[in-house]
Amino acid sequence: MREAFSRLISEIRAGKFVYTGEISPGKTTRIETLVEYAKALGRHVVACNVTDNPRARANMGSLAASIAIQERAGVEAICQMTARDRNRLAITSDLLGASALGIRNVLVMSGDHPSLGDNPSAMPVYDLDSAQMVELVRRMVDDGTDLAGNRIEGEVRIHVGVTGNPNADPLEVEIAKLERKARLGAEFVQTQAVFDIEAAEGFLEAAGGFGIPILIGILPCKSLRIAEQIAKNVPGIRIPEEYLERLRAAEGLPDQASREERVDIINEEYFSGMIAELRRTSRLAGAHIMGVAYGRIVGRISGGVERKEISRAW
Amino acid sequence: MIITKKKTFETINESLKPFRKVFIVGCGTCSTVCQTGGEAQVKELAERIGGKCAGYTVVESPCDMRVLRRDLAPRRAEVDSADAIVTLCCGAGAQSTADLTGKVVVPGLDTLFIGKIERIGSFYERCRACTDCIILETGGICPYSRCAKGLLNGPCGGQVQGKCEVGGYQRDCAWVLAYNALKRQGRIEDFKKYRPPADRSRKPQEIVTR
Repeated sequence: MREAFSRLISEIRAGKFVYTGEISPGKTTRIETLVEYAKALGRHVVACNVTDNPRARANMGSLAASIAIQERAGVEAICQMTARDRNRLAITSDLLGASALGIRNVLVMSGDHPSLGDNPSAMPVYDLDSAQMVELVRRMVDDGTDLAGNRIEGEVRIHVGVTGNPNADPLEVEIAKLERKARLGAEFVQTQAVFDIEAAEGFLEAAGGFGIPILIGILPCKSLRIAEQIAKNVPGIRIPEEYLERLRAAEGLPDQASREERVDIINEEYFSGMIAELRRTSRLAGAHIMGVAYGRIVGRISGGVERKEISRAW
Repeated sequence: MIITKKKTFETINESLKPFRKVFIVGCGTCSTVCQTGGEAQVKELAERIGGKCAGYTVVESPCDMRVLRRDLAPRRAEVDSADAIVTLCCGAGAQSTADLTGKVVVPGLDTLFIGKIERIGSFYERCRACTDCIILETGGICPYSRCAKGLLNGPCGGQVQGKCEVGGYQRDCAWVLAYNALKRQGRIEDFKKYRPPADRSRKPQEIVTR
């Protein structure tokens, strides 16, 4: 087995159930907000994803922001890298720089197409795809070369993760693709947000045999409006009516503070229940908790899972 | 076929302003089929530009220098009298015309892609001239031209029920099509196979057999 370079991989290997969070840098030079958010989130997670221009919007780069949260907030980064904006030269360069500056995890993905973003005429690069990026990292780490076989000076110490989508329809294509990436040497999977426990179970069952740790993606919604937007704008995602109904009921509460508290409780209950149940039925390495400006919910959900499991153990 | 589309008459007319006389060259092959540079379109443009038109002809295939030379020869006087040529053909034909005549060429069409024609008005991109055809292992589906990202190990996370995120879930996801085709052919192992990075260095191509 390869050496563990990161806390994320060490804890997964030690059999600890891990939580990861997510930070999405904006179109900004104000890095302090990001660092403060990372500090707060860092108390509840083993590592934190830093997104790479999600929805193809040109924001602060994920590598720069990843280094900032590691150095200024003390939070381990999972630096997301897409194939959309850079060719193999640039990606190789970024990986060398990342390893040199202490980034120990990357999550590779193809990346939303530029036509969906805020510079829709940009050239879609995709010189490599996510599977080929896995190969690139493997070659750099295991063989000490780039894709063309040119030697690298010094070690590259990076773990490579990939994404998976439990909502994918047809699921068998998604699974076949994941199998390919697992075979290439991907070391962990973080999934797209899933609300529906049956979809999550189906995915975990189908992908369970690949021997690659899976962190299930969840996306607690801060309000009914956000949940409805996700249901509407994220194609393929299914949000169970039961969850929406509970958020709807919370909308009826008279004041802001009690509404917020009610929604936090709903999210804590719903997602800690889901995670505890998935841990019972499936092989699950952890949970990747996303959420827009909703860092406080992460600790509540992980706490909720722990309480449920302790009470079950009794 | 090379699929082309007409530039608007206003655009062409604007480009023709500096010129006194122009000759129009159509294409008897792809642009005729696309109804962008055939006999009818060439005549229509000639009528619209009126007195400025020094003459017109439809060259059987203006991208072939031999054919272009042959078909323009009888019109030499008209071509010589023009100070520009409007081409109603693809970029290859337009440049061949510029090469042969040395005249200013005003492209009257935009070249879109190498495609399949189902009927007039239904054209589908099918080839990017990638120089290394792999459709044997992708169920007869070209990922370079049909996957919006040109992925070799797709599909990406942007497909929903077999439709592509690019263009609002109207077009089929090339990789779901490939998966289904390979499954039907009993060749699913070809789908699962890893395809390493391709040579995408793509330099200008010239083949000269001596």
